[in-house]
Amino acid sequence: MQQPNKLTPFFENLNFERDDNTMVINFGPQHPSAHGQLRLMLELDGEQVVKAYPDIGYLHRGIEKMAENMTYNEFLPTTDRLDYIASTSNNYAYALAVEKLIGLEVPRRAQVIRTMLLEVNRLLSHLFFIATHALDVGAMSVFLYAFREREFGMDLMEDYCGARLTHSAVRIGGVPLDLPDGWMINLRKWCDGVEYELKHTYNALLEKNRIWKMRLENVGVITPEDALSWGCTGPMLRGSGIAYDIRKEEPYELYSELDFDIPVADTNDSYGRYRLYMAEMLESTKILRQLVIMYDDTEPQLMAHAPAYISAPKEEIMTQNYSLMQHFVLVTQGMRPPKGEVYVPTESPKGELGFYIKSEGEPYAYRLKCRAPSFFHTGLLQEILVGTYIADVVTIIGSTNIVFGEVDR
Amino acid sequence: MRKYTPKDSVQAKAYYTDRFHVVPSVPTQDVSTDEVFAKQLEVLSSKVDIKSAYIQIEQMRVEIDHKDNFKAIEILKNECGYAMMSEMSAVDYLAQDGEFEVFYQLLNLEERKRVRVVCRIPQGLAIESIVPLYKSANFAERELFDMFGLVVNNHPFLKRILMPDDWEGHPLLKTYPLHGDEFASWYEVDKIFGKEAREAIGPENRDPAKIDRYDTKRFSRVGREVPFGADISEGEPDTPIEYSQTLLVDYNASQTQLKDRK
Repeated sequence: MQQPNKLTPFFENLNFERDDNTMVINFGPQHPSAHGQLRLMLELDGEQVVKAYPDIGYLHRGIEKMAENMTYNEFLPTTDRLDYIASTSNNYAYALAVEKLIGLEVPRRAQVIRTMLLEVNRLLSHLFFIATHALDVGAMSVFLYAFREREFGMDLMEDYCGARLTHSAVRIGGVPLDLPDGWMINLRKWCDGVEYELKHTYNALLEKNRIWKMRLENVGVITPEDALSWGCTGPMLRGSGIAYDIRKEEPYELYSELDFDIPVADTNDSYGRYRLYMAEMLESTKILRQLVIMYDDTEPQLMAHAPAYISAPKEEIMTQNYSLMQHFVLVTQGMRPPKGEVYVPTESPKGELGFYIKSEGEPYAYRLKCRAPSFFHTGLLQEILVGTYIADVVTIIGSTNIVFGEVDR
Repeated sequence: MRKYTPKDSVQAKAYYTDRFHVVPSVPTQDVSTDEVFAKQLEVLSSKVDIKSAYIQIEQMRVEIDHKDNFKAIEILKNECGYAMMSEMSAVDYLAQDGEFEVFYQLLNLEERKRVRVVCRIPQGLAIESIVPLYKSANFAERELFDMFGLVVNNHPFLKRILMPDDWEGHPLLKTYPLHGDEFASWYEVDKIFGKEAREAIGPENRDPAKIDRYDTKRFSRVGREVPFGADISEGEPDTPIEYSQTLLVDYNASQTQLKDRK
């Protein structure tokens, strides 16, 4: 503990060390560009970072512990609170892990709707990234424009599931609802809007902006070896020139049938990553347009038929005695997946979001481990921040795109 | 007689299980059914003692001795192309076997294969760190230590990561209650005010629906206000409802002022 006196004045978050002439500065946990509750302890030599130590855990809610004490369906809404910028991708990753454990086949219409929701969520998350990243670096107007588009996207989610932030829009075994009337028309309009804005607003404001380029180019360089070793996934990995997208390499849902490209940036820096995000958003709108066409030739069934695990549709529960009995058992006791373990990776907007579930045949998971991409990207900070300047720290945190709901869980 | 609760696991339990319920298992395949995995397993088994290996849900699961964990993962990294460690953690089997099951989830990007290296380690022993192989293990092993109390040997900076440094207990153990233990419930009080303040402050209210009708310090009941801290357990005074006076605000005043100035 620092002893304040006249020679060493006490500042709340500064600590002078006279011996080696470095300064220890406490960045966060309430810093506006710490993207949540990140506390960084930085040791500075002048303006250069000598040592960085990310301190996390300020948002720890014990979600993995909760999973061991909740039935499988009970836990699903809790997954919203992991990456709260794109909740559906968490719901989906969890639901997919349980479905793999049970061995369920999801009806085609549910698959189309899920893939649509996933891509809408990817756009929501990427728009949020562009907005906050630009705001962190100092481009205020991009923030306003990107949030406008994001609001329209959240309206789409609200039309579908009634929630704007914590969607819980996916169920184990399918989706709860069909798309409302006119939803896909709005979706198309939104895609047009996003594409137009990308081209004419965000790109026009940032792409060749001198200040933006000076702040981002050659800042936060991650070599491919480092990216692999630190467990970087998603845009962080592809930003280092390694083309690995789980949607393409280990396809799930309908991604094997869809036509889309995996953008890669080989500059390894923040500017490359920013361009990657922009390119990925265009790919997402491309996927969404294809899905709108695919939706039309699907059967109306939304939930998988597996009486031992999934409740029957409401009409059946209300009319058939046996369905009602099974529904009662599933609600009061919960489903009991077979004994075994599963790890299912999915490509969330932030990177590889995977759920490891160990089931002992009980209605409660014996162990659930959430592999959150942001957790590993936060670990990376202690290496890439060293040697950079204090002014670039915010840029680098912004370009790692970490969300603390999922870092701390 | 008091209801018996097992002390080795305080997790939620199914309140009813059918007598004839048979727990099915997720189907497993032999490693020889997959060419790539079979080849990799051959490389691995020539150098490390393998306890069991099978494929479950498209991924190979290899069980080894806990002393071989570094060696096995090194072989998988250098000779089988597993360039990334996606995840590692443990499963608590202390009640059944007195052991932790530690798993490492590895990814081969070239061949798009995932393998899970599993080892059982008795309580009280420390496991070897794999940070020299994968830097992503740095945070993951710290989390493992924080959540289970499993010590990792040769870790560069083994310290609690999610819980506070002065925390007692390891939250993901099966013996740790979901709502926290005695230490957890008094953590803030002890830290901020000291242990002697426990009685004055009282235990934390964890019931969100709890209403104390005699509490005159925290809530004001509109129309039935009493002075702060008044004792109303003997019956409350009948206060007539008084509405606050509404102030009329002239919203146009500033506009007219502006006009005048112009």
